[in-house]
Amino acid sequence: MTLTRTPSQTVGPYYAIGLSRRDENVLDPDGIELHGTLFDGRGTPIPDGLVELWDASGGRWARRGTQDEAGGFRFLVPRDAPVLEALVFARGMLRHERTRIYLREGDDDVWNGLDDDRRTTLLARRDGDALVFDIRMQGEGATVFFEH
Amino acid sequence: MSVTVDPYEGPVVLPDDPSLGPEVQVDYPGYRSTRLRVPKRPLETLPEELHRIDGPVFGEGVIEELDDDLTRQHAGEPIGERITVSGRVLDTDGRPLPDALVEIWQANAAGRYRHEVDQHPAPLDPNFSGAGRCLTNDDGRYRFTTIKPGSYPWRNHPNAWRPNHIHFSLFGRTFEQRLVTQMYFPGDPLFPYDPIFNSVRDPRTRELLIARFDIETTVPEWSLAYEWDIVLGPSGAGTTPMEDR
Repeated sequence: MTLTRTPSQTVGPYYAIGLSRRDENVLDPDGIELHGTLFDGRGTPIPDGLVELWDASGGRWARRGTQDEAGGFRFLVPRDAPVLEALVFARGMLRHERTRIYLREGDDDVWNGLDDDRRTTLLARRDGDALVFDIRMQGEGATVFFEH
Repeated sequence: MSVTVDPYEGPVVLPDDPSLGPEVQVDYPGYRSTRLRVPKRPLETLPEELHRIDGPVFGEGVIEELDDDLTRQHAGEPIGERITVSGRVLDTDGRPLPDALVEIWQANAAGRYRHEVDQHPAPLDPNFSGAGRCLTNDDGRYRFTTIKPGSYPWRNHPNAWRPNHIHFSLFGRTFEQRLVTQMYFPGDPLFPYDPIFNSVRDPRTRELLIARFDIETTVPEWSLAYEWDIVLGPSGAGTTPMEDR
């Protein structure tokens, strides 16, 4: 017998009460800074979003709300991880979306299976001593999201 | 770049449509904030192994005393109807998921969240923060003591009010078992008017979001009780969550 999954509902605008009470944005204390902005389809930053990162190879997890930086988020991530799994939550999203953050050009099946102009949305870019990864929900340069 | 978005003038709640299956309709038009935030392009596929990767594991270290009792986190008791909310966290095969991190947040009894963005003119309660967390036990059970949250207006459409609800966040065993959802209370008169609740268009699946009043688990002379089981995604072929831990 297979049970039906409990459906998702939006995280809403007040998730910070329950989900960002603590500082949880460090995947690796000796890592490199990764920052970016979550944008809606108009190119407006989303100040009530939440980004979660999971380094499956290293077993490290982190999350960060975008409320403190008006749509921005900031993490310390491992320098040696090729790719991070990422989830995006926000008011207005009834279910979270899944994407991947490549810290360098990918060489796996997922990367190779995407058109070049699409997969560049998954590649963090270098900005001085930090990495930058913006997430665009819609429109020009929209980030690739995956079924889950 | 500036794009004008026309106001949505369609119905706030669409008719039931069981053919849409168990998933939430992510671009549900009656919930207006979906329009600029839901991906428009089709989702890409991932190889099967990336659907079944293990997710984060949390231990007792993330739980603090009184995290599971929202009525005892301040000097005094919060105003409101004291309730216990408990249930099991299961995978789609019906197996209990122990050590699942369950986090909740909610409005107070007057329908106000302790959050700077919430400007609903209802009182804050100095004795209520509205946040809790716990880990499921070996039987996959969680349990919180809290107060019943109030309804509140939210401006999605004229005279929009949310049904009473508690927000839930869950981490299961695999990355795909991650879930953020909301628990509702039985018999809420606001159900027919709420686009978020009705974004699950299969009525039988929508029922899964409603807790069951349970006279058996009430604490006499103390609190009413609601039971709500939560089913996360599949654990993956050949995994036995009970024995792995």
